Amino acid sequence: MSSTSVLGGVVRRREDPALIQGGGRYTDDVKLAGTAHVAFVRSPFAHADVLSVDTSAAEAMDGVLAVYTAADVEHLGSLVAQVPVGALRPLLNNGTVKHVGEAVAMVVAEDPYVARDAADAVDVDYDALAAVVDLKHSLSDEMLVHEDMESNTLISWTGPFGADADALAAVKAGIDEQKSRDDVVVVSQEMINQRLIPVPIEPRSVMADYQVGYGRFDVYSSTQIPSALAGAIGKYFGMALNQVTVKAMEVGGGFGCKLNVYNDEVLVAFASKQLGCPVKWTETRREAANSTIQGRGWIATATMTGTTDGEILGFELDGIADMGAYSQNFTVAIPFLGVFVGSGQYSFPTHWKMDCVTTHTMTTDAYRGAGRPEAAYYLERVLDMYARKIGVDPAEVRRKNYISASEFPGAVSPMGFPMDTGDYETNLDAALESAGWSGLLAERDAARAEGRHVGVGIATYVEVCGFGPSGLVDLGFSWAEYQMPSAFNGSSLVRVHPDGSATVSIGTGPSGQGHQTTWAQIVGDGLGMDVDRIRVIHGDTEEAPPSIGTFGSRSAAVDGSACYEATQKVQAKAARIAAHLLEASEDDIEFADGGAHVAGTDSSVGWDEIAKAAYQPHVLPEGMEGGLEAHAIFSPGNATWPFGTHIAMVEVDADTGDVRLLRYIGMDDCGNVISPMIVDGQIHGGIAQGVGQAMFEDAVYDMDGNLLSASLVDYILPTAVDLPSFELGRTVTPTDINPLGVKGIGEAGTIGAAQTVVNAVVDALESLGVTHIDMPLRPQRVWQAIQDAQA
Amino acid sequence: MYPRQFDYVAPSSLDEALAALDANPGAKVLAGGMSLLPMMKMRLLSPDMVVDIGRIGGLGDITDNGDSISIGALVTHSEVAASGLVQDHGAALATAASWTGDRQVRNRGTCCGSMVHADVAADQPVAALALGATMVAASSGGTREIAAADFFVDTLMSALEPGEILTEMRIPKVGAGTGSAYDKLGRRGGHTDYAVAGVAASVTRSNGSVSAATVAVTGVGSRPVLAAGVADALVGSDGSDAAVEAAAAHATAGIDVLEDLYGSVAYKTHLAQVFTARAVKAALAAAG
Ligand SMILES: Cc1cc2nc3c(=O)[nH]c(=O)nc-3n(C[C@H](O)[C@H](O)[C@H](O)COP(=O)(O)OP(=O)(O)OC[C@H]3O[C@@H](n4cnc5c(N)ncnc54)[C@H](O)[C@@H]3O)c2cc1C
Repeated sequence: MSSTSVLGGVVRRREDPALIQGGGRYTDDVKLAGTAHVAFVRSPFAHADVLSVDTSAAEAMDGVLAVYTAADVEHLGSLVAQVPVGALRPLLNNGTVKHVGEAVAMVVAEDPYVARDAADAVDVDYDALAAVVDLKHSLSDEMLVHEDMESNTLISWTGPFGADADALAAVKAGIDEQKSRDDVVVVSQEMINQRLIPVPIEPRSVMADYQVGYGRFDVYSSTQIPSALAGAIGKYFGMALNQVTVKAMEVGGGFGCKLNVYNDEVLVAFASKQLGCPVKWTETRREAANSTIQGRGWIATATMTGTTDGEILGFELDGIADMGAYSQNFTVAIPFLGVFVGSGQYSFPTHWKMDCVTTHTMTTDAYRGAGRPEAAYYLERVLDMYARKIGVDPAEVRRKNYISASEFPGAVSPMGFPMDTGDYETNLDAALESAGWSGLLAERDAARAEGRHVGVGIATYVEVCGFGPSGLVDLGFSWAEYQMPSAFNGSSLVRVHPDGSATVSIGTGPSGQGHQTTWAQIVGDGLGMDVDRIRVIHGDTEEAPPSIGTFGSRSAAVDGSACYEATQKVQAKAARIAAHLLEASEDDIEFADGGAHVAGTDSSVGWDEIAKAAYQPHVLPEGMEGGLEAHAIFSPGNATWPFGTHIAMVEVDADTGDVRLLRYIGMDDCGNVISPMIVDGQIHGGIAQGVGQAMFEDAVYDMDGNLLSASLVDYILPTAVDLPSFELGRTVTPTDINPLGVKGIGEAGTIGAAQTVVNAVVDALESLGVTHIDMPLRPQRVWQAIQDAQA
Repeated sequence: MYPRQFDYVAPSSLDEALAALDANPGAKVLAGGMSLLPMMKMRLLSPDMVVDIGRIGGLGDITDNGDSISIGALVTHSEVAASGLVQDHGAALATAASWTGDRQVRNRGTCCGSMVHADVAADQPVAALALGATMVAASSGGTREIAAADFFVDTLMSALEPGEILTEMRIPKVGAGTGSAYDKLGRRGGHTDYAVAGVAASVTRSNGSVSAATVAVTGVGSRPVLAAGVADALVGSDGSDAAVEAAAAHATAGIDVLEDLYGSVAYKTHLAQVFTARAVKAALAAAG
């Protein structure tokens, strides 16, 4: 890296001025003449036969252009899933609907108000059927969600990964054998990791513009995966990829819920092609709650077996995960991500099993952390219960069972996955020091002496992200049907323009992660160029080389590495040009301060001159091609494994069950840091969402499959008012699987937070006999747990 | 979130507004819009006409009438919370206003709108009950006064008739020895958001005992309601913690406690007692 390295320096986010001044351009801001608007007719029943759909009244309304039903779009097929297990979602369903909010018909009208009125005028006759909502009920197969399937259980994920039934039984037998020892305690608890609704500030929105006569599509969508959407549109409409452009403009948050190709995106494109005009749809909050994917939704029993002095001999998890009605993009793969981190950063034997069942509810899929927060939650909660039971400091129990730093490189987790780098003890110590652990405990005890219910919780995590490795394609995680063979690679194109400015085009689809800043930093660092001279283009399939998009904390580690490598290629060529212009040796060329310098001399040439020469082949060194740009595809050999330690202090009003978060300390390790402010921002948001799950958020379905918390009145999100100022620090253990040494940080905060808060609350209520409370720790739950413990 | 089509008028005088209401029986009054607009967007309400009272002069003040305070129809929650007059004579209302929604809601929503909207979990209606407020309703036929105790009829239903506008709410001024307070648990914990349960209390102390008390409970039943049993038990007592706690046991006597997403009947009943005790103690402390 060059001497003027901006990597690791505090750079303000370049995207913020537009975003905070209201200038940000989102999909719904796109205005094209003659745009028609869509409203969907959606099922109010979780399970019902559609007897008839009468569109005549709607069609007769002024301003209505078309009303489409299932028959109109059946020829397009259903959505596809990367792991094609379970029922696939029909684009429109006029047969048997499977969840509240399922799309039955689509109205297209001249304005969105008329479209809504007309949707209300579509007369659908339903015959309501009983619904399967409860996970244990689903697992029993007493009633099938899809009559044509043999079982509600779609797949069971087990760990260690790759172990066959005999090997799994051997792991289990090994743990069971220890349970009868005199010096061994066994702690077991059933816990719910409740369903959550992702709530990006910007709802999903899509606009398709089929260009009559040109036979082309421009599709604007608030998506995290523009290339996959382009591939999908190509597939559904039989068009070559070069005839479909997807633009994801500013995307106001995604958290995984925009990591799907949705039926509405395909349907809006269909309507545009049929009607020959641009067609737009933006979801309402209530639609978002019912018809955009949800996350989590597990019930499982976690069991910890260990000696009375803190040596853990085995961890077992046995549970059920809710897939909802249809399998979409990653649906059944989400609990599989839990297998990756099933044994955390520990070395004890682990036996892990999750049955993935279907229910008459909205599909679940990736929501920030996706499988990893759930896995970490169970592990860290039961580990805490075990520490409490044996009366050993929970931090020390963790330390005692870590995979040691000396095992890296080359460590393989008990779940069977090779891990990149790790130093868990150093991180734990840094966290304890930052929190002032013993002082914190003393403070807690002093408060308790005054009769207050104050608690301290700790949890550590390792997560897996930066997907990669490229080999996931061979495990079935390809999106071949959406023309994404490159799946888990990253790609980037860096171009220096004739005036010496540069553009980096990259296939990521950020939704607030600061890519305008980070990619410019990487290119600027490599080329010694001011970041203000570098334009970043992302989320545009016409401009950028294909990449699978932004999710799974992968962009920096994978596409960022491609960006780095493309920059290196441009730098290498520019060094030859500069050496030629300066009559120096290529090896002596360094890039800094807006140009090339001959090391140890004051001889230099600016990027304007280098670029000018690059576009005048006759002045270039003999045999050199003109132009100054390079493309790189980065194919990661592994995922990355960030880790961290979180500590929380809470106070509970035992009379009301009200929980107040007093302090929150995060010590995260994501390897090298490109932009500290952005990394901290990701951790902030991540912790807020983890605290949200711990204390507030709950997608509540009744037994008929109605979502009771479908509006933001009843789906409570964490806000600044509810959160203390986070105290963040970091340790730095670079990864060896990419040239930047960076691991992902987008999800880490969420993966670490929920159990930290719950551990703290349980600690606060220790004297009242409370040992566990299921999330969210809303006052009523906490109060009830106290009553139950006291009864 | 697309409301059905509606007409909109923004008259500049009360008479014009009342005439518009008379001419359109399906019309709705728009004040801060914090409740009306969401209901329209969710199509729970679809008025043919919206009569915006925001441009009518003279409705935006908090005034001292000598023996009472008037809070005009356009006075916002923020203004109520910040008003020295309200803090002095109706601290329960000032506190309730300061804990209503978030800053944006407090800067737009109106105290009178909150009364008319009559949400089962709203904060300020119970303060109005505890303070013995009077609602002043105008119609083309004249004005009438409605006691707060008669105003909250049922869930989202006030005693206001179609064609009436609530032009002001009056609270009596109080002298030394009287104090009021409001306390609650909000849906997101602490004091934030609608009340899971909330209690407003106004008490007067004379000669070492409680001579008058009015207590009202929100969030637990189908409407904000007076807890007469608590007041009866308090009056004549010495106002000690033990007396207050004993009185608080009557918090939901005669109230049909309803469960919702935020609380079971048992929990809400318990909270009503906890916050009754807390609010009454705070009111007694304020009474001196
Ligand atoms: C995000 C959010 C959070 C909130 N949190 C809380 C909370 O924590 N606690 C709480 O108590 N409330 C809360 N509210 C509700 C808010 O306080 C009420 O919406 C507000 O008080 C109503 O006043 P408004 O001026 O906005 O009334 P509008 O919405 O304009 O009107 C509400 C109703 O009253 C009628 N109306 C209004 N003024 C008059 C009048 N002068 N004469 C006749 N009819 C009239 C309207 O026709 C309508 O039916 C919240 C609202 C939002 C949006």
